[in-house]
Amino acid sequence: MFSQAPALFFAGLKKKTESLKMVANMAQKKQGRLKAALEHASGDKRFKILEVHMKKHLFRQDALIEVLHKAQELFGFLEDDLLLFIASKLKLPPSRVYGVATFYHFFTLKPQGEHSCVVCMGTACYVKGADKILAAVQEDTGIQPGGTTPDNRVSLLTARCIGACGIAPAVVYDGKVTPRQTAAAALEQIRKWGAK
Amino acid sequence: MGGQMILNDLLQIKEKELAGRKKITLRCCMAAGCMSSGAQDVKEQLDKAVAAAGLQEQVEVRRVGCMKLCCEGPLVQADPPHSLYIKVTAENAPSIIAALQGGRAEAAQTDPEAAFFKRQMFIVLANSGVIDPERIECYIAADGYQALHEVLSEKAPRDVVAAMVQSGLRGRGGAGFPTGIKWGTVAKSPGAKKYVICNADEGDPGAFMDRSVLESDPHSVLEGMAIAAYAVGADQGFIYVRAEYPLAISRLQVAIKQAKQMGLLGAGIFESPFNFNVDLRIGAGAFVCGEETALMASVEGKRGAPRPRPPFPAESGLWGYPTLINNVETFANVPPIYRRGAEWFAGIGTEKSKGTKVFALAGKIKNTGLIEVPMGTPLSVIVRELGGGAPDGGQIKAVQTGGPSGGCIPAQHLDTPVDYESLGKLGSIMGSGGMIVMDEQTNMVEIARFFMEFCMDESCGKCIPCRAGTAQMHHLLDKIIRRQASAADLAKLEELCDMVKSTSLCGLGQTAPNPTLSTLRFFRNEYEALLRADPGGPPGPVDLKPPPVPAAT
Repeated sequence: MFSQAPALFFAGLKKKTESLKMVANMAQKKQGRLKAALEHASGDKRFKILEVHMKKHLFRQDALIEVLHKAQELFGFLEDDLLLFIASKLKLPPSRVYGVATFYHFFTLKPQGEHSCVVCMGTACYVKGADKILAAVQEDTGIQPGGTTPDNRVSLLTARCIGACGIAPAVVYDGKVTPRQTAAAALEQIRKWGAK
Repeated sequence: MGGQMILNDLLQIKEKELAGRKKITLRCCMAAGCMSSGAQDVKEQLDKAVAAAGLQEQVEVRRVGCMKLCCEGPLVQADPPHSLYIKVTAENAPSIIAALQGGRAEAAQTDPEAAFFKRQMFIVLANSGVIDPERIECYIAADGYQALHEVLSEKAPRDVVAAMVQSGLRGRGGAGFPTGIKWGTVAKSPGAKKYVICNADEGDPGAFMDRSVLESDPHSVLEGMAIAAYAVGADQGFIYVRAEYPLAISRLQVAIKQAKQMGLLGAGIFESPFNFNVDLRIGAGAFVCGEETALMASVEGKRGAPRPRPPFPAESGLWGYPTLINNVETFANVPPIYRRGAEWFAGIGTEKSKGTKVFALAGKIKNTGLIEVPMGTPLSVIVRELGGGAPDGGQIKAVQTGGPSGGCIPAQHLDTPVDYESLGKLGSIMGSGGMIVMDEQTNMVEIARFFMEFCMDESCGKCIPCRAGTAQMHHLLDKIIRRQASAADLAKLEELCDMVKSTSLCGLGQTAPNPTLSTLRFFRNEYEALLRADPGGPPGPVDLKPPPVPAAT
């Protein structure tokens, strides 16, 4: 029993060093990625603007959501390099930045189409037929909510409630809230954008 | 930061503003609803038409907040002669100006004395649709910031809390907790640093009261927050507002900037030792962030996951410091309460629910828009007299209150007065004030599924009853709608409702079954009609796999 102990001990140690090596590898890989991300950032003016914005918030970690808002406004979506850049500047673990970015519906990690069509699916809009508008658009474009047409023309999105219940059903085309929509009106707008 | 403001300055601004008023005011609704129907163009054309007619000295074209009758927007009201124009287009503008000089306006009109307006009582919305939300002078002319001055110069913080208790105001975010008691708890919590948070994360689908208040009268919320901060001993405030409300955000930014410039926010307000600053925090689309502990996590820049209470935010809130969280409408009630007295406020409403409540009236109803009525007003008055009943001669089937946390009140209970207790008895809640009217074409099971889908998507995933329970309940509701469910499925659904309600961590899960439970209570026949006939024998085990083919309905 006793004689076996050193063997067990060494076996454990070996396992430990292996796992340490693995962590080191990961860290190295991460460092490499971060370096690449920062290099990417150095050539893009938008990263400068984002950094100024972070400075305005004194690089405070609790300003993460504000910073992500600004980043999405500048870049249209949050790509990995961008998230790594933010993590390094705010001195936050990338997992935390990624966790926050994926938790909130407002942030998107995929590139968006040229135009956006947001169908409000709040209760008032739903009762007045928003589901029919959405179904018609889905059928016409062949994309699901959250998707973008293959030609990158139109992204279809849904909203929880945009608070325009008095003029339901409402659809937001490229940021413009449009009242009392019908399936036909929505399809007309999408055809105007020339998606196929 | 701006210079020090004293009462005299405040009164001077008011006098100057009132003296500068022109003979005729044209108020243009520039809230989000009317803006989406072209209100910006209407205002520009009205400005041009006034200039063209050479009436700049007599007529003021004023940008105002929500004028309440959203379905008829863009709205323009001319005073005098007290005419309310509806569905105004930019082309109508010259004729509206001509009408001031005896011409005929091309725009349609509605009666500003109609029941929709007359049956309302304005406390929170008193300035909405009247003042220019982007000019602090306009708010000051309507006695704005006088309550803050009075409180700072004449009252000790504990007297401010006592007056709030006396007023009987209850939280307008949905739960109806007495505001004065909340203030008292935060005031008593020891701590050098305290925070005040305004919850403007109006996530309930079908609710737009808070949006309208922020767009129409942002200073009333700032003044309310400042009074609350003084009462509890806080010096920093946050307004957590949804990213879906860009206009509300920009008007709040303007309001905060103006208040700082005038010294109404900042250090040593009204020459007192009281300091108070307000910062905006923009949400990012997560319904659960309306829950106070999740909201605080989000303000701290984290994932908006709730945590168990106690400790309550009043003891350990933002960054562990005592924190007061109230809803937009609650804060908007504060300045009038101190301006007109707690007894005055306590005299309005019912025994246990004081004051007024703002509702967002929408759905299958003729007049959709924003209404404010005294507590205790029967639902039938709201729906029939203010709302004008269902459009196109339809029959009202139910009224949904409280959004995904509330329930459906059937037509036979429409004589119920709206107050916290009466709605609770019917298995619904007051909620934040969304009121969706449904007619006989609405399938109640589908409504239950709609809300369950909402809760399923919005569940933050932290606790299992909510994360897994909402998904299973949604699956069962879906199965019922696809006509593939048996009586055993319905029993299972009810069991799950009960389980999720009693074991979830936060309000989202605890109230997620409410729409299902209330529709089961009043419209059980609709569920049963969709069940698959199971002839004889005990029903088999519940099949939790998704149904293979959707049956035609």
